[in-house]
Amino acid sequence: MKNGDVFRQRLKVRHIKEGVHRNLMLLATLTGIVVLTVLIIDILRDSAGWLDWQFITSYPSRHPAEAGLLSALFGTLWIMVLTALFSLPIGIGTAIYLEEYAPDNRLQRIIQTNINNLAGVPSIVYGLLGLSFFVQALALGRSILAGALTLTLMSLPVIIIAAQEAIRSVPESHRLGAYALGATQWQVVRNIVLPTALPGILTGTILAMSRAIGEAAPVIAISALVYLTFIPSTPLDRFTVLPIQIFNWVSRPQEDFQHLAAAGIIVLLLVLLSMNAAAIILRNRYQKRTEE
Amino acid sequence: MGLEHSLETTASQSPLSLRRRNQSRFREAVIQQLLTLCALVSIFTTIGIVAMLIWQSAGFFSKVSPLEFFTGTKWTPLFQPQHFGILPLVAGTLLTAGIAILIALPIGLASAVYLSEYARDKVRRVVKPSLEILAGIPTVVYGYFALTFVTPVLRNVFPNMIVFNALSAGLVMGVMIIPMVSSLSEDAMVAVPRSLRDAAYGLGATRLEVATRVVIPAAVSGIVSACIMALSRAVGETMIVAIAAGSTPKLTLNPLESIQTMTAYIVQISLGETPHGTVEYYTIFAVALLLFAMTMLMNLFSQWFVRRYREKY
Repeated sequence: MKNGDVFRQRLKVRHIKEGVHRNLMLLATLTGIVVLTVLIIDILRDSAGWLDWQFITSYPSRHPAEAGLLSALFGTLWIMVLTALFSLPIGIGTAIYLEEYAPDNRLQRIIQTNINNLAGVPSIVYGLLGLSFFVQALALGRSILAGALTLTLMSLPVIIIAAQEAIRSVPESHRLGAYALGATQWQVVRNIVLPTALPGILTGTILAMSRAIGEAAPVIAISALVYLTFIPSTPLDRFTVLPIQIFNWVSRPQEDFQHLAAAGIIVLLLVLLSMNAAAIILRNRYQKRTEE
Repeated sequence: MGLEHSLETTASQSPLSLRRRNQSRFREAVIQQLLTLCALVSIFTTIGIVAMLIWQSAGFFSKVSPLEFFTGTKWTPLFQPQHFGILPLVAGTLLTAGIAILIALPIGLASAVYLSEYARDKVRRVVKPSLEILAGIPTVVYGYFALTFVTPVLRNVFPNMIVFNALSAGLVMGVMIIPMVSSLSEDAMVAVPRSLRDAAYGLGATRLEVATRVVIPAAVSGIVSACIMALSRAVGETMIVAIAAGSTPKLTLNPLESIQTMTAYIVQISLGETPHGTVEYYTIFAVALLLFAMTMLMNLFSQWFVRRYREKY
C-alpha cells in the first residue's frame, strides 16, 4: 500500500511536469512566429507615410523627403536576372552530373563534400573572392556583372543541393523503363528525369535566388557604397541593390532616414514575396502537367 | 551480348542509322563533358577562395608578424599607433555568436521536440513554413530590427547600455538561427524509429520522458551537428552585427558594450576609401582567412561528428 502511495504521488508530479513542459515547448515554438509578427508590425509602423510612388521613382538624395530607391530597385532586378542566368545551368548541370553521371568514386565524393562545405562559407568571404577575382583580376570593375558572378558562386551550392534532392526523388523505375526502350543516358535525363524533378528544382532555385537578392555583405565588398543617380543600362555599369540602400539609410543617425530604411525594407520584402509566390505557382503548374 | 551483336549488324547494314548512332554517341560524350565542367566549377570556387585568401593575406603577413596578429590584444589598424592583434575582433565575434546560440539552442530544441513529438500534423503544416519564413528574411532587415526596436526596448531594462551593443545583435541573430537549429534537430528526431518510443511508452513513460530520455539521446549526433552549423552561421553573419553591434574592437565579454566582429570589420573597410595595396587594406584578407578557417573547421567537425556518432537502427 505504501509503495502504491509513493507511486501515485510521483505519477502526479510526473504529470504536472509533463503539462508544464508541454506548454513551455509550445511557447518556444511560437517564439519565432511572435518575433516575426512584431518585426513586421514594427516595420509597417515605421514606414507609414513614407512608402509612396515618389519613393519608388526617385533617386537617393540627401533630403529624406525627396529620396527614393529607383537605382537600387533596378540594380536588384539586373542582379536577379543575371545571377539566375548564370547559376541555373551550372547548378542543374552539376546536380545532373553528380546524380546521373558521376561514377561512385573518390572524385565524386570530393565534389560532394566540397559543395556541402561551400554552402557553409560566410557570404562576406564570397564578396572578397569576387573583389579579388572578378573586380580586380578579370578587370570587370565594380560592375553588375562582377556582382552577379559573385552571387552566382555563392548561390550555387544551395541550388545544387536542392536540385540533387529533386533528382533523387525521381523513381528509379522511370529511368529503367526508358532505358529498356533504348533511350540514351541524356535522353533519359532530358525526357524523364528533368521534367519530373523540375518543380523541386525550381522551388530550390527560387529560394536560393531570394537569398542572393537579400544579401548585402558580398555586394558591399563588390560595389562599396555608391551614390547612383542613374539606372544601369549595361552589365558593366556600376550598381547598387536594395539591401545596400537600406543599410546605407539605417546607418545614418537622422530619424527620417530610418523611416526610409523601413520603407525600403517593405519594397525588398515585396520583391522576395513575389518571387516566392512565383515559385509556388510554377511548382503547382508543372506538378499538374507531369501528373497528367 | 547477343542482342547487342544483332543491333551492331543491323546498324552496319543501314548507313543512315549508323550515322545517327555515331551522332548520338558524340552528343552523349559532349554532354557528359559539359556536365563534368559544371561540377568542376565548385572545385575551382574552393581553390579560388583558398588561393585568394592566402595570396592576399601574404601581403599582410609580410608586414605584420603572425605572432602579433594571433596574440595581440589591440586592433587599431586605422589610426596611430597601429596595432594588429585580432583577439578583440575574435572576442566580439564569439560574444555575439555565443548570445545567439544561447537563445537559439533552447528555443530551437524545444520547438523541434514539440514539432516531432507533440504537434499534430495540421499544426506542423502551419508552423514549419512560418519558421522557414524567419530563415528567409534578409539579414539587413534583422539588423534594422535589432537597432531600431530591440535596442530601445532593452535600454529600458539596462539604462547604461550603449546604443550599438553586442546583446541586441546577438539576440536577433539568435532568432535568425532558430529555424536552422529546429529543423535540423527535428529531422534527426523524426529519424528515431517508432519502436524505441513505443517501448518506452509501454513501460509507462510520459511523453516528456520519452522525448528527453529516448528521442533526444538517440538523435544527439544530429542535434549537436545542427548546433555547430548554426554557430558557424552566427560567426559568419555580417549585416546584423555591422548595423547593430558597433565598430569599436574591444576585448570584452560585457554584452552591453559596443564591440566589433570580424565580419563587421571587413564591411567597415569595404565601405571606406582604404587605398589598395596598403597594409590596412590587406587586413581584411587576413581577418577573412581566419574567419574562413573557423567556419570551415566547424562545418567539417559537424559533418564528422554526425558520421562518427550516428546511431544505426
